[in-house]
Amino acid sequence: MGAAAPEKLFKHQQPALPDYTETGMYSASDLRKGLKIQIDNEPYILTEFEFSKPGKGQALYRCKMRNMITGNQFTQTYRSNDKFEKPALEERKMQYLYNQGDEYHFMDTESYDQLFITSDHLGDNVNFMVDNMDIQVLFFDDKPIDVSLPIFVNLEVTKADPWVKGDTSGSDTKPVTVQTGYELQVPPFVEEGDKIQIDTRTGQYVTRVKE
Amino acid sequence: MLTCGELHLRAALFRAIRGHFVSQQFLEVDTPIRQSVIIPEANIVPLRAEEEFLQTSPELYMKRLLASGSPKIFQLCRCFRKEEMGRRHLQEFTMLEWYRQGGDYLDLMEDCCRLVRYCIEEICTTGSRRDGELIPLREKTGAALAIPWQKVTVADAFARWSPLELERCLAEDLFDEMLVEHVEPHLGVDVPCFLYDYPGSMASLARKKEGDDGVAERFELYWQGIELANGFSELTDTDEQRRRFEGELAVIRRQRGEEWTMPERFLQDLGQLQECAGIAFGVDRFFMLLLAKDDINDAVPFGRDDL
Repeated sequence: MGAAAPEKLFKHQQPALPDYTETGMYSASDLRKGLKIQIDNEPYILTEFEFSKPGKGQALYRCKMRNMITGNQFTQTYRSNDKFEKPALEERKMQYLYNQGDEYHFMDTESYDQLFITSDHLGDNVNFMVDNMDIQVLFFDDKPIDVSLPIFVNLEVTKADPWVKGDTSGSDTKPVTVQTGYELQVPPFVEEGDKIQIDTRTGQYVTRVKE
Repeated sequence: MLTCGELHLRAALFRAIRGHFVSQQFLEVDTPIRQSVIIPEANIVPLRAEEEFLQTSPELYMKRLLASGSPKIFQLCRCFRKEEMGRRHLQEFTMLEWYRQGGDYLDLMEDCCRLVRYCIEEICTTGSRRDGELIPLREKTGAALAIPWQKVTVADAFARWSPLELERCLAEDLFDEMLVEHVEPHLGVDVPCFLYDYPGSMASLARKKEGDDGVAERFELYWQGIELANGFSELTDTDEQRRRFEGELAVIRRQRGEEWTMPERFLQDLGQLQECAGIAFGVDRFFMLLLAKDDINDAVPFGRDDL
């Protein structure tokens, strides 16, 4: 038979809700900590989320959000019929090449496209970036907005006071400077020219690396 | 997941609840969990079970039992509400409901006070000793043993804590937001607190106050900022109840595109009811507070992440 029976067609013509998975929208019940949504053409990440529903009242979705570009935070309460756009976010693997003043140059390891990100967008990350390092770069609408470094990086110590044997000051750390200019506290046995491993999440010394 | 000791405590709580109601001459009843007709409430979304629904509350059937002549009844049962998930919400949760003929919402407040204090005394001091476990009587738990508890009308609470006047909250449909954000945190900080006399537009199945159509004889019990129970003097005017249901059915039709059935048999039985009052009490939340936990998932045998 060619066409479906007409009454059958009619039966299925109920007021269908739009399929928000197809239109790329989130509904309020999708909201949860860590979800990324778009508001006023900017990407936000939910840093806190709380569902509440006063007796006989409406479902309320209280969200604390951080703007992924500016870092600004704000709190907003939504209702169950609210819908949210998905931000056009994309993560690409890139190689860090070099910096020229405030401009940090990267190359897409697949397309070999090059671009630069200014230091104010990179924040503390610049402390741990060395030439040729592989870095994940987050793009929003094809503009780079954030980078994620490997958790551990190995950096060379470029300046350290020598370890004085018999030092009785009782201090079990000393300050050193690494090749990026970053200063941190390390155990006294670390010397100039050593390579040390640093945790990029905390910026702290992990261990001395033997080459 | 609950520990073995916590399971004993939960059982002790159920035992205390039953013991209390039996001692007060309430009859324990059970009603169908799968229902083809449920209360039309626009803000409560039911879970479906084939062509029927899982109950969102045993209210309809319990009131029908009340109408058939049982003077005081209670039930401990599971209720289901779709998409209610959070630190204070489970999709499947334990509800305690009780109904009494010849009383009003003030009697229910006294019931609440007696019940909570009895349960605390039973499982925080003596009752569960036979299980070798006691819930330590913490400062906050112990506070509920003191009487009197607090009472504040919705109007007074909003005047005191809401940045927006109650009338504007209602007119601009911001009541729920203001309640959750600005009022609830102040309720029952030490001793539990009754928030009562709700605006007439939020009467649900409650009777309006005599001589004041703008206020419904409805209350919520709060403890430590958390809502534990919702009770009211029952509306027994069939016509008025039908009008309210029609309003809810229209909202459900508009918002969800669903056609629900009017609970005709319930309305029929409602006509038999004299003055009465009924209440729903969240047992899992109460147990969460007794255990001093911050997430309801840690107060049930299997929480969200244990399933």
